[in-house]
Amino acid sequence: MQQTGMLGEDGIHIDMNHLKSGEVNLGTSIMAINFKDGVILGADSRTTTGAYIANRVTDKLTQVHDTIWCCRSGSAADTQAVADIVQYHLGMYGVTNDEPPTTQTAAALFQELCYDNKDALSAGIIIAGWDHRHGGQVYAIPLGGSLHKQAYSIGGSGSTYIYGYCDANWREGMSEQEGIAFVKGALQEAIKWDGSSGGVIRMVVLTAKGAARHLYLPDRNYEGPGTDKP
Amino acid sequence: MVGVRFKEVEKRDQAVITTGHSTPHLTPPYTPPITTTMPGFDFSNHNRNLALHSRGVPLPKATSTGTTIVGCLYDGGVVIAADTRATSGPIVADKNCEKLHYISPQIWCAGAGTAADTEFTTALISSNLELHALSTGRKPRVVTVMTMLKQHLFRYQGHIGAYLVVAGCDPTGAHLFTVHAHGSTDKLPYVTMGSGSLAAMSVFETQWKNSMTRDEAVALCAQAIQAGIFNDLGSGSNVDVCVITKEKTELLRNYITPNVREQKMRNYKFAKGTTAVLDQKVITKEEISKYVTVQDIGDGETGVGEKMEVDS
Repeated sequence: MQQTGMLGEDGIHIDMNHLKSGEVNLGTSIMAINFKDGVILGADSRTTTGAYIANRVTDKLTQVHDTIWCCRSGSAADTQAVADIVQYHLGMYGVTNDEPPTTQTAAALFQELCYDNKDALSAGIIIAGWDHRHGGQVYAIPLGGSLHKQAYSIGGSGSTYIYGYCDANWREGMSEQEGIAFVKGALQEAIKWDGSSGGVIRMVVLTAKGAARHLYLPDRNYEGPGTDKP
Repeated sequence: MVGVRFKEVEKRDQAVITTGHSTPHLTPPYTPPITTTMPGFDFSNHNRNLALHSRGVPLPKATSTGTTIVGCLYDGGVVIAADTRATSGPIVADKNCEKLHYISPQIWCAGAGTAADTEFTTALISSNLELHALSTGRKPRVVTVMTMLKQHLFRYQGHIGAYLVVAGCDPTGAHLFTVHAHGSTDKLPYVTMGSGSLAAMSVFETQWKNSMTRDEAVALCAQAIQAGIFNDLGSGSNVDVCVITKEKTELLRNYITPNVREQKMRNYKFAKGTTAVLDQKVITKEEISKYVTVQDIGDGETGVGEKMEVDS
């Protein structure tokens, strides 16, 4: 029989990982970078339940406002719930103030939810967006609920394999093509080395012109136009 | 020989004594639930159950649908299908249960996981959706159902063991979703869930193609369920199918019955007189009081219990 908890002198100790077994996890490789004209978000597409791939074409890049998006890692249920709440608040902000929210506002909302509910959540989120006041920005919220503004950010189980790659290849103020090549090269390595990451590479480019989606397939060696928009 | 047998008995007795002791032993280290003035739900029983479970008391078994459920979009609609076996541990609790649940006329749900949970969550969402449709004056949408389900399941943090395939047609088109017990959702052109999901998915991954006809989609879903029925121990019996288009919904109950009970090849009834009569004794009405105790409880009206209801 499987043990769910242990009764010690000081109370009951529960293994959270066991209690949440059967949960859908995003064993993930995600990243977001700043470039000359805005930001680029990137992610693999694998969702797992234990050893089974529950979804091989998952979309981990989630829109929370017109040009504010996030990369989700950790529990699929938790990150979807958090993103849905933030999307609701930013939508309300947009119509009540008759002005789109800033990326910082979105990041602050994410942080509040992630920090206040840190005991119940397993969510590692990267927020990236473009707004008229600050241009492109990237924020990271790791497990504890802290908030970090970064030039670029990597996350998920696959990110551990690409710290060296990113550090060696990162340059400030890249062009869009260079940025896409950087993100794609990093995610290809993460997918190659991390068993919990895989599938297709999805990307979103956020600039003054709006949001453009990119898709790179493994059966074409992640090459190709990526998007139909110029 | 006798000595050995005696030892065995002794051992068994010891075992009984130790288990007997462990029950009252629960009292000293077990701290009763702390009573606070906190409003809302009381989860002290949950802690008690954890304490009991950690000391070796097995959890009660729930009737679960070790299940195969699938769904598939096609040009002009969506198909969902399910097997019909319900299990309780290793026992088949129901050989022909219904796992396709009604949400609204054009939205249906296939359920896996805990049978009671799938039954009650779909019923609850169905009710709330009806009220929602009445207050908005619009046809209900599949995304609305998916959102209501995920928010309900997320609130219960996976304790409601409902794994659902949501499908339907609304003014925005045909849609197909999966909802997991913890509240995560996926949107895909073809989906499988339950213990037979691997067998069913292997069918989809080899046979699925873009833009199928109604009949192709129904055949593919039925084949995926049969893969579950034949290759997964938790799934079995028949195939139920539901086809939803923007015009109408067709529920094809027991669309395929690959497990019909056959006539026995031999008759196992024993002929009269097979067992020899060794002795015979007739008990008379007067003698019966020696064998039974009769207690007077008065007449039906004033006595114990109500009068039995009889069809007129």
